[in-house]
Amino acid sequence: MNTYVLGAMLAMTAVTVLCRATPFLFFMKRRPPAVVDYLQRYIPPMIMTVLVLGSFKNVSFAAAPHGVPELAAGLVVAGLHLWKRNTLLSIFAGTALYMLLIRVM
Amino acid sequence: MDNQGAAHHGPSALRAGFKASIPVLLGYVTIGIAFGLLLVKSGQPWWIATVMSLLVYAGAAQFMAVGLLAAGTGIAQIAVLTLVINARHMVYGLSLLDRFGACRRFKSYLVFALTDETYGILTTVQPPPGVDRESFYTAVSGLDQSYWVIGSTIGALVGGALPFDSRGIDFALTALFIVLLVEQIRSVKKAAPYLVATVATGAALLLVGPVNFLVVAILASIIGILPFRKALS
Repeated sequence: MNTYVLGAMLAMTAVTVLCRATPFLFFMKRRPPAVVDYLQRYIPPMIMTVLVLGSFKNVSFAAAPHGVPELAAGLVVAGLHLWKRNTLLSIFAGTALYMLLIRVM
Repeated sequence: MDNQGAAHHGPSALRAGFKASIPVLLGYVTIGIAFGLLLVKSGQPWWIATVMSLLVYAGAAQFMAVGLLAAGTGIAQIAVLTLVINARHMVYGLSLLDRFGACRRFKSYLVFALTDETYGILTTVQPPPGVDRESFYTAVSGLDQSYWVIGSTIGALVGGALPFDSRGIDFALTALFIVLLVEQIRSVKKAAPYLVATVATGAALLLVGPVNFLVVAILASIIGILPFRKALS
């Protein structure tokens, strides 16, 4: 039983490490081509966009409360951050509002 | 060690790393508790949660593994499914080649510990002036993993008995992603990457559904941004 679970965990570890290490292994000896230099600049904004939109994937906008807690809290985070640019304030205020809204709506 | 002799390695790097990682603290501890609780409920001993969070350290894959392990799924199949979930990480390092390339002692650990949240912080947040980069990166990465390990262990040991109603606190990770996106918009003031990624995410959600959309969305984003090379440079 435990050999099976440990074996599965080791396999998962190996695959995960391999995924995370791929670009470092691939460009260990050779210089990345110009297209990689171009891509690496725009990958972070694209990935953050995907992760933000993906966070809302399980929200059902059709059924009450129609995603209002998620959207309202998300807008508060973005608005507060544009205004004050204080990461912790933006995150605490947005999370507190979200926790409140899902309890009262 | 190098020409950054004046840079701080110890407490100030840890303090800066802690400050940058507080949102992850909220998210990882609570989601870790949920993971540990789920794993123990599926019939595993509590320490499997701790060991898995130390070794595997990949949230989505660990949640997936709970059901697969309970069903006795073959190890090869678990490995393939892990690959599908974590394939997106193959491109994360591209943005960190230079930053991690300058790292020495902890480079292997930084690569091992590159989760979505840690990636977001390391590509967006600058270490404060005077703080050694590698120490800052290592502090953020190590703290993030410690939150995950601690949360998993608490969840596995006492998860069912926790009196605090923490429902919704994991929104902190969504909020963190929003903050990091706002920071990206401040530094990359071009519309194309955001529009391409939005279209790619919408298409991926429609085509492959909410479980495996991430890798498709990120791959589609990268392919989709290629035609804009001339316009963006």
